[in-house]
Amino acid sequence: MTGQTRGSARPNQWLRNLNAKIASIPMILTAVVIFLGGTAWTVLYSFTNSKLLPRLSFVGLDQYERLWAAPRWLVSIENLAIYGLLSLIFSLVIGFVLAALMDQKIRFENTFRTIMLYPFALSFIVTGLVWQWLLNPQYGIQSIVRSLGWTSFNFDPLYNSDIVIYGILIAALWQGTGLVMCLMLAGLRGIDEDIWKAARVDGIPMWKTYVLVIIPMMRGVFITTLVIIASGIVKVYDLVVAQTSGGPGIASEVPAKYVYDYMFQAQNLGQGFAASTMMLVTVAIIIVPWAYLEFGGGRKRA
Amino acid sequence: MLNLVANNSTVTEHEAVPDRITSGPRGAKPRRTLSRRNIVVYGTLIVVALYYLLPLYVMIMTSLKGMPEIRVGNIFAPPVEITFEPWVKAWAQACTGLNCDGLSRGFWNSVRITVPSTIISIAVASINGYALANWRFKGADLFFTILIVGAFIPYQVMIYPIVIVLREMGVYGTLTGLIIVHTIFGMPILTLLFRNYFAGLPEELFKAARVDGAGFWTIYFKIMLPMSLPIFVVAMILQVTGIWNDFLFGVVFTRPEYYPMTVQLNNIVNSVQGVKEYNVNMAATLLTGLVPLTIYFISGRLFVRGIAAGAVKG
Repeated sequence: MTGQTRGSARPNQWLRNLNAKIASIPMILTAVVIFLGGTAWTVLYSFTNSKLLPRLSFVGLDQYERLWAAPRWLVSIENLAIYGLLSLIFSLVIGFVLAALMDQKIRFENTFRTIMLYPFALSFIVTGLVWQWLLNPQYGIQSIVRSLGWTSFNFDPLYNSDIVIYGILIAALWQGTGLVMCLMLAGLRGIDEDIWKAARVDGIPMWKTYVLVIIPMMRGVFITTLVIIASGIVKVYDLVVAQTSGGPGIASEVPAKYVYDYMFQAQNLGQGFAASTMMLVTVAIIIVPWAYLEFGGGRKRA
Repeated sequence: MLNLVANNSTVTEHEAVPDRITSGPRGAKPRRTLSRRNIVVYGTLIVVALYYLLPLYVMIMTSLKGMPEIRVGNIFAPPVEITFEPWVKAWAQACTGLNCDGLSRGFWNSVRITVPSTIISIAVASINGYALANWRFKGADLFFTILIVGAFIPYQVMIYPIVIVLREMGVYGTLTGLIIVHTIFGMPILTLLFRNYFAGLPEELFKAARVDGAGFWTIYFKIMLPMSLPIFVVAMILQVTGIWNDFLFGVVFTRPEYYPMTVQLNNIVNSVQGVKEYNVNMAATLLTGLVPLTIYFISGRLFVRGIAAGAVKG
């Protein structure tokens, strides 16, 4: 690239560019030992019956059979599916609509953006605890609406196993939609103004321009956003711990929490490894097609 | 609405994105300020803004009330009698189940975790990025690809192997161990950030320095570092908020006496023993959120830039 590697007459291949190689040791170790090695290690040990300590005594697919027979895991997966699907849809729709509103050459854009994005600076723990308080049936939103006269009003998601996951969804959307809005706004700003002029000249209504022209043009931004949201969804852990601790009962358990509890509390490492491997598979299902689309074609260099 | 559009066609798309999101809209103001369209746009935005602000408002109000007032009043009402008692209690006396010296312990732990983790992770990643951008060696791109792909692997897959590695090194459960973990998991995004930034600097500078006989480290410290202060600030914002807000690594990799603020906060609020003191809980929650919020409100546009840099792949 920069010329320093061109003098290939040097005697020792390995000594060339030595400083750069030394400087890259942390990166190489992280990539190879932690990311590759660690992942392979976990996958390998998920086929063992490790309990308190990791042991290499293979039991085939036993851990996976046990995993998929465990009610708590099934609830976790179901929750992740509901939560994931809804938070994808809602954050994309809300994020895009907000971005479109912000793109109308409004005044106070900075103020609005600051307000919408500040929850993103807060941790999931803080987010979960605030919403735990707001959704408290005795003092929170439910009691306020009741005190206004609607005495039969019922809204206690955190204490009702059927809808608890929606209570978590509300908090997650509050925290994350600002980020999606920002990404979408960046995408909208990247669209050539001439497109808008042309649409206006042709007399196409604004909403139609958005749906038929702008959104298809923002395909890349949508996919990137989708991947960011999706990989965040699979990792969801702190929010649940703070808001409900998985309760009531096991109604709001999620896979990441299952992994943590089995690895560090139930001292059933094999189960934890099997569950985390399933998480890895889930992420791979999301990432591989995207990576293929994004980099496989080799069409653009961003 | 005619002729109002600022002419941006000379700016390329990639330059335009970060620039325009940070500098706001361009061009003249719309003519009519009270059209029906404007009412809809501003009306919606104001309602949405109120929704986003509501939890912060409730947090502040609750933290300034006494418990009797909370029991009878509603959470949206401002306090009749303002009291700072809950704040004092949250900081110095709240119980976590292990001890009763409040959040102050967690705060200082978080400071002791965040400061070195931020510095070390940025130092390591900036040098990595520099090597990748200017001193490519055979195989460098392969490692970099692994690193970036690895960023998508759920942490849960890697935590146990890391526990073993740290235990072998004798630093499991200590602050050193946690700092190493933050450096590892901050590396993909930061390396990407720095690599892209350094690659965007004019190559002539680098070549001229080489001709003058400057080596790897001289160029880094004398030329690259002074030229890249903005990106260092962006990386710092990204890391400080990220590390401060971390919960999982704090729980997994430290002993209770080193628990960061988020973990301690969760233990205080969700502890099952004793009467729930909602005002203390909210004061504690606000205290924990204060550091990232301060950084967010001070840094403003740079924060957005950090997010955009982190989100948009290079």
